[in-house]
Amino acid sequence: MASKKRRLGPAHTGTGHFWHQRLTAIALIPLTLFFVGLLPNLAGATYAEFVTLMKFPVTPIALALLVGVGLWHMKLGLQTIIEDYIHSEGCKVAAQICMTFATVLLGVAGLVALVMLAA
Amino acid sequence: MAEFRLPKNSRVKQGKTHKAAEGAKRTTTFKVYRYDPDSGENPQMDTYEVDRDRCGPMVLDALIKIKNETDSTLAFRRSCREGICGSCAMNIDGTNTLACTKPIDDVKGEVKIYPLPHMDVVKDLIPDLTHAYEQLASVKPWMRTEAPVSPTQERLQSPEDRAKLDGLYECILCFCCTTSCPSYWWNPERYLGPATLLQAYRWIADSRDEATNERLDELEDPFKLYRCHTIMNCTKTCPKHLNPAKAIAETKKLMVERQG
Repeated sequence: MASKKRRLGPAHTGTGHFWHQRLTAIALIPLTLFFVGLLPNLAGATYAEFVTLMKFPVTPIALALLVGVGLWHMKLGLQTIIEDYIHSEGCKVAAQICMTFATVLLGVAGLVALVMLAA
Repeated sequence: MAEFRLPKNSRVKQGKTHKAAEGAKRTTTFKVYRYDPDSGENPQMDTYEVDRDRCGPMVLDALIKIKNETDSTLAFRRSCREGICGSCAMNIDGTNTLACTKPIDDVKGEVKIYPLPHMDVVKDLIPDLTHAYEQLASVKPWMRTEAPVSPTQERLQSPEDRAKLDGLYECILCFCCTTSCPSYWWNPERYLGPATLLQAYRWIADSRDEATNERLDELEDPFKLYRCHTIMNCTKTCPKHLNPAKAIAETKKLMVERQG
């Protein structure tokens, strides 16, 4: 069993991750409710009607926040899952890099889409 | 990556069956995990029928009876037989608990007994706790002070401050909680586990200890502390009815509070 022992000291991080995960979880409650409330209004709507809806500032602001906060929350959660289950250091780093890049890509794509709709 | 089956040398086979002595009227069947590293054989489940009219009420009583009368090769740890030493911690009927305080009648049907989960097995029901003890030692579970006090003086504590240790000081270090925690199963090298974290908080919560900040510094780590995902197996399984999950949550709260 002694070989299992890893004498790593404390990294002095983790609290930020813990706090941000809770913070984003709280923020996602109203944002998700807004999004779910928005969906019935979009059912059967034409593109022009949707663009009109996006002219109210509250819609693109809330949707941009949903994309940003939602993806941040997702990133924090996936990071934890990777740390939990992937034990080879190489695979772990590779998975974290891919996951982070994919998160940023999704976020930028989502925001650009919103800007193009609202512009 | 993920392993979905036990390694070949850990797969459990069917073992021997020992019938109760003739004339036994009321019997209970015990299925016990057996492993002998010297034999080179796989682990096996041995079956023992125990005459309940000639046996005490607890699972430990049955194990002692089996060892005394049926099969002296059965190995398990025990000492106080009253739930205060933590030696006889094992997995009974799917739950980690103390054999000495677990009534046989609480189990419906056959009584299945395994060693504490996910630890290396020394023999039969004896897990290797070396690493868990090292982790416990790493949080320095004793009073750390700076202000010198003469040996003839007491370190006083108000009844209110003493009350903050209730639910913490009673831990007997049986490691039922730690070995029930999936997070500990996946990352035992780096996650300290609920038993050790409860001990760490026991000293953080102690008004006489003067190393609170150092203790929090030593715990602030994505793995040592934050692998706890509030699964709550620890609290559910604790044979002393303590709440390690709450102690860990209080530690996390202090971590956030001291940031600003």
